[in-house]
Amino acid sequence: MEEKIIIAGFGGQGVMAIGKLLAYAGMIEEKNVSWLPSYGPEMRGGTANCHVIISEKLIGSPVISKDATAAIIMNLPSLRKFENELIPGGKLIINKSLIDQETMRQDVDVYYIPANEIAAELGNSKVSNMILLGAYLELTKAVSIESALEAFLKVFGENKQNVIPLNRTALLKGGEIVKEKSAIY
Amino acid sequence: MSRVLMKGNEAIGAAAIKAGCRYFFGYPITPQSELPEYMSKALPEAGGIFLQAESEIAAINMVYGAAGAGARVMTGSSSPGISLKQEGITYCAGAELPCVIVNVMRGGPGLGSIQPGQADYFQSTRGGGNGDYRTIVYAPASIQETVDYVMEAFDKADIYRMPVLILADGMIGQMMEAVEIKEPNKIDLPEKDWATVGTKGKRKPNIINSLYLDSEKLEQHNANLQKKYNKIEATEVQYEAFGLEDAEVVCVAYGTTSRIVKNAIKHCNDNGIKVGMIRPITLWPYPYDVFKSINPKAKGILTVEMSAGQMIDDVRIAIEGRLPIYFNGRCGGMIPTPASIVEDIKKIAGGK
Repeated sequence: MEEKIIIAGFGGQGVMAIGKLLAYAGMIEEKNVSWLPSYGPEMRGGTANCHVIISEKLIGSPVISKDATAAIIMNLPSLRKFENELIPGGKLIINKSLIDQETMRQDVDVYYIPANEIAAELGNSKVSNMILLGAYLELTKAVSIESALEAFLKVFGENKQNVIPLNRTALLKGGEIVKEKSAIY
Repeated sequence: MSRVLMKGNEAIGAAAIKAGCRYFFGYPITPQSELPEYMSKALPEAGGIFLQAESEIAAINMVYGAAGAGARVMTGSSSPGISLKQEGITYCAGAELPCVIVNVMRGGPGLGSIQPGQADYFQSTRGGGNGDYRTIVYAPASIQETVDYVMEAFDKADIYRMPVLILADGMIGQMMEAVEIKEPNKIDLPEKDWATVGTKGKRKPNIINSLYLDSEKLEQHNANLQKKYNKIEATEVQYEAFGLEDAEVVCVAYGTTSRIVKNAIKHCNDNGIKVGMIRPITLWPYPYDVFKSINPKAKGILTVEMSAGQMIDDVRIAIEGRLPIYFNGRCGGMIPTPASIVEDIKKIAGGK
């Protein structure tokens, strides 16, 4: 198994955060992992992306170059910048709440998810990234939800125990959405 | 200790402290700023001192002072900041002071960019400062390797009494991988009887100095340095190599670029082109001898760098004109793609 995923959006949407969760969870499951961030003069509101690889083999290049197996896209500039990095048949998960256009790719498995609206229904708009991550985990089983939540405490601190139930709900909700494909708008 | 997920810059700091480094003097610069940030918190906890200097030049001179007093000491920066440190580095080389210097390279020249680069190869291996001196240069390709070589660097610095360079790039500095900070190897190190730690009235003062006004004495000092460098060239070369004997094409790359090249090589090997690889781990001393193992009937050598072509000079020296040498390089923070490397390999293998 080798998952190569690009996560991209605005700074402040938790793009880097869910990438770190994925990488940490992969490490918890004894897999090889790499997390490569974009870095630069951009701040909140600018673009941000990271490349995460989770593999049972040794990881070669940490850069994903036209061989992404999946992408989580949280704004329009990122969709246009990264949709062509996917392999044919790759999973493309799009935050429909903020992107009113469709992908130009005809050969990928695409899921349009209104993550912000679902997050608002759950009572906290901050978890839209976790909903998309939950969708990705349901589709690929790259790591288990339990590993992702264990990683959550490692990445954000053991004192974040109180937000684990909300984040668990968000991950499960994202998973449910892609299971019942009819619910995808 | 179990594996942890760490950013390269932070892992460098953790490894240095594990290796007994208790002094860090630096000045922030992207993409290595997480190193001083980490040290500012972790060094005081380990009983050491972190000090943000007023400039890179001040920082390297603080390194000179601490090393002169026999301490394990480190500084870090990125390309333009390392340029500023060159005077201090040649002084450390001249005064034979052990220290470890980390360069998390970015695009150049000048202030350049903040994205990854490998354009400081000449500066690192040919000496950016004045005089006939060398520094051992380690070019790790993963965060685990970075950690391991940071620890080794402190030992080599003490054994040979010289500055040792860790040459990483922005990718190594910024990315996260699972890493294990192991216990350092216990080796016998020479006593620092030259350090300026106070005479207690029992001996003549030690003097740390790189000034020799007597030309004969300076020539003798240079001869001693060269003897040391010759020994290092004979014993400290490290590299990774595979598939050389029956290769149609051999790729040469170091650091993170080597990992991109490995993806390209795998693609070619799966498609019936025999491609070997040489990955220098020490850039000085350079692994010239391993190039002699390359299939004499190979079609050519492909050097890949994030520069306009610097290591390629050492490849030319190593190949001694036996085989044609080709180059694939990107500059300014751009990263070579596996597809472009595959294309070059196919062209070379096809005799074009």
